[in-house]
Amino acid sequence: MSIDWQAFTIYAAVSALIGGFMIGLAAVWLAWANGRIAGISGILGHVVELVVQQKREPFGWRLAFLVGLIGAPVVWMLFAALPTTVQETGSVGLVVGGVLVGLGTRYANGCTSGHGICGLSRFSLRSLIAVCSFMGSAVITVYLMRHLLGASA
Amino acid sequence: MQWVTAGLAGLLLGMGLILSGMANPAKVIGFLDVAGPWDPSLGLVMGGGLVVGSIGFALLKKQPKTLTGEPLNLPTSRKIDLRLVLGSVLFGIGWGITGICPGPGLVLLGAGIPEGIIYIASLLAGMTLYSLIEKLRHSA
Repeated sequence: MSIDWQAFTIYAAVSALIGGFMIGLAAVWLAWANGRIAGISGILGHVVELVVQQKREPFGWRLAFLVGLIGAPVVWMLFAALPTTVQETGSVGLVVGGVLVGLGTRYANGCTSGHGICGLSRFSLRSLIAVCSFMGSAVITVYLMRHLLGASA
Repeated sequence: MQWVTAGLAGLLLGMGLILSGMANPAKVIGFLDVAGPWDPSLGLVMGGGLVVGSIGFALLKKQPKTLTGEPLNLPTSRKIDLRLVLGSVLFGIGWGITGICPGPGLVLLGAGIPEGIIYIASLLAGMTLYSLIEKLRHSA
């Protein structure tokens, strides 16, 4: 293993740490203010569930949370330019990956935010198992794609 | 009030994802690619989130009353089963292929980046598929 010092600069490290604090704070804030877990896949999945089951139930706080999250880059742009993002995955990869993330997070009842941040912060063994499972499979997937197949889907 | 506090939580989370680099798929893949030149940044995101999260949730335990008066609705399930593990494995494969997990996907969508739009449309399709499968299973 070698460290990618070109990507892992002091600036990147400090941004990562402060960004992490903000993510943790947002999770604690939603629990303290609304009594809810900030799990993105759960919140989004619940909205999908209401639509599929044709329930006439308002989306409530979930919609406000999603609007805040989707609006974050827009608010960011009022003050500064968005950091550049690089996406090497092609359309087919995005579709296959997106469907797998949608299905998988619903079966697992959580993703990086719900299990990763909230669950681990609450010392949940269930979340620890989930995090090890998705981290493990993500690392193996990247290894297979980059080093064995040498392709970006 | 409930809407305002939830909206602020979403906004703060989104800002954190942008600042931290989690919303940059190439950076996420650089973290997951332990065999290549490795970028440890996202370990710090996780670490930072967990420090604040563990202190915050510990304090919340002693303060069961929420700001908006809503009941504290924390998960109680302790079940460790195949559903949890296989679901997480599927999620990890999708995360590895794209470098995007659900939160950053929504941020990329909000930024109007085409990849974010394709990703979220597919993610919603996957979630719809789940709801339909479960609906069929329960009615069968």
